[in-house]
Amino acid sequence: MMKSLPITIDSVRKTYGSYVALDDVSLDIQAGEFLTLLGPSGSGKTTLLMALAGFVRPDSGKLLLDDRDITRLAPNKRDIGIVFQNYALFPHMNVLANVEYPLVLRKTPRAQARQRALDTLARVKLEGLAERNIAALSGGQRQRVALARAIVFEPRVMLMDEPLSALDKNLRETMQYEIRRLHDDLGITTIYVTHDQREALIMSDRVAVMNSGRIQQIDTPQRIYDRPSTRFVAEFMGEANIVAPGAVRRIDGTDASSGALMIRAESFHLDAKLVGRDGVALEGTLRAKAFRGENWLLTLAIDGGQEILVCIPAALASGCAELATGQRVTAYAPAAKVHAIPGSRA
Amino acid sequence: MLEAYPDNRLARILLWSFCALVMIFLMLPTLVVVPLSFSASNLLEFPPHAYSLRWYETFFGSATWMAALRTSLILGTLTATVAVPLGLLACISMNRLGGKAALTIQGVLLTPSIVPGILLAIGLFFVLAAQRLVGTLFGVLVGHVVLAIPVACIVLLPALIRFDWNQVQAARSLGANWAKAIGGIIVPQLRISLLSATLMAFLTSLDESVISIFVASGQNSTLPKLMFLSLRDQIDPTIAAISTLWTVIVVVAVLIVTLRQKS
Repeated sequence: MMKSLPITIDSVRKTYGSYVALDDVSLDIQAGEFLTLLGPSGSGKTTLLMALAGFVRPDSGKLLLDDRDITRLAPNKRDIGIVFQNYALFPHMNVLANVEYPLVLRKTPRAQARQRALDTLARVKLEGLAERNIAALSGGQRQRVALARAIVFEPRVMLMDEPLSALDKNLRETMQYEIRRLHDDLGITTIYVTHDQREALIMSDRVAVMNSGRIQQIDTPQRIYDRPSTRFVAEFMGEANIVAPGAVRRIDGTDASSGALMIRAESFHLDAKLVGRDGVALEGTLRAKAFRGENWLLTLAIDGGQEILVCIPAALASGCAELATGQRVTAYAPAAKVHAIPGSRA
Repeated sequence: MLEAYPDNRLARILLWSFCALVMIFLMLPTLVVVPLSFSASNLLEFPPHAYSLRWYETFFGSATWMAALRTSLILGTLTATVAVPLGLLACISMNRLGGKAALTIQGVLLTPSIVPGILLAIGLFFVLAAQRLVGTLFGVLVGHVVLAIPVACIVLLPALIRFDWNQVQAARSLGANWAKAIGGIIVPQLRISLLSATLMAFLTSLDESVISIFVASGQNSTLPKLMFLSLRDQIDPTIAAISTLWTVIVVVAVLIVTLRQKS
């Protein structure tokens, strides 16, 4: 296992004219951690990644690799492996030459470079394709070559910019698993950029949710999903209902807490018996229902007109098919799944 | 045949005839020189009454013509060697810079190809005179490079637009400095465009007469300059022989480059 390094991002700011791409971002990444920068397009996640890579120079702030200041270090001196969104393979070289390239630049002896490149290709399951041209590879194979090229020189840090966005769904899921396994084998500090929430949840040790150049929340996937600290995070991470405390009725009759409440669509049940005594209930008129294969999605209009999404797993939804729009429906959620978003109103 | 063209027979015959006429119109003035060069007469006459190779002998036997030929070939090679790398670097920076700044630089860079040659030559004469470079091969080289850079840029700019810049970033992240990224990643992928740019720069220099007339001295006359001067002094079919050889050289060079591009 190679020695990986921690990264410190210290109040990094980057503006383009009046547009603030990074608004004093600070972030500590531990050695060997898999951290995902998650956010919609324009949130600053790629700018932050490119600043770490050395292609974007921050207006102010510092980037530290271990305790070394790399803010102004040339990209070729950072020893950071990068996987680009479009892979950026060199089409005039074959697979082996692409993977050998960083070793050749480091003046590794030819035979040794070749052996290491072949070993790395085997690690990403591309043995036998060393002599292929890049043009003759499928998208998934190109992805693996890009991975091999980024790890063959044993960088201390790996950056990945939406590496799976060009692949189809099944391949993407396979690669998510493989990239994570590769990370665990190598123990290399990895910063992964994506706009796909599921991908972030599946792959990461921690997720940093970004919006408009700021980090909204940084936490484990489970806490990001269940305990969002802002309304933006709550809504970005999944089908979230955000309601005023007065809109729900506590089953045990006590008062609800203050601040806006978040209840995820899939936290609801239609059967009160499935929810404990300290759950909440929410009554509304059924506006629409949709069968989505593994579940039903019901849209309820509660008093005041707010629409609530209720997602019932198909296995527990025997009654859903018979529900008619306009009908009154009560949905129940266990208290543990009702999260008060700190300092926010519905 | 492309679908855009009319399908009926008459239209197709008309189209082909028109194309043939254009070709003849373009080629004839060049080709007419060929029989002239094989004439046995002392005068330029068409068609020649008798044929000989005497004007080729005159050309190859003349130290003056041979010196001019050598000067032209050396100058063409040097021009291409200097102008193409400079043009490539200029195009890379314009491509990266983008926006109005890049357009401004592009405008400035392309002016030598827009300004009338005679103006450029007069201006260059004064600039070079101030540096005491009039009459030197270096002075002519400067003039030719100025003319060849826009030619190289016109070929290279569109090729760079299609180039995926992420590859350069990838190379940099993998440990390449700028020189290695350009030499190892950009140049090999642009080699066809670079080859065209080199040929065009070489031909620009080979063809150039105005700057040479103003700036070159007697000893380092280029072939076009000497041809103009000899036309003024005496007219004999040596000019035709040189023109024919010239045409052959250019056609061969263009053919080689074109065929390499195809393969």
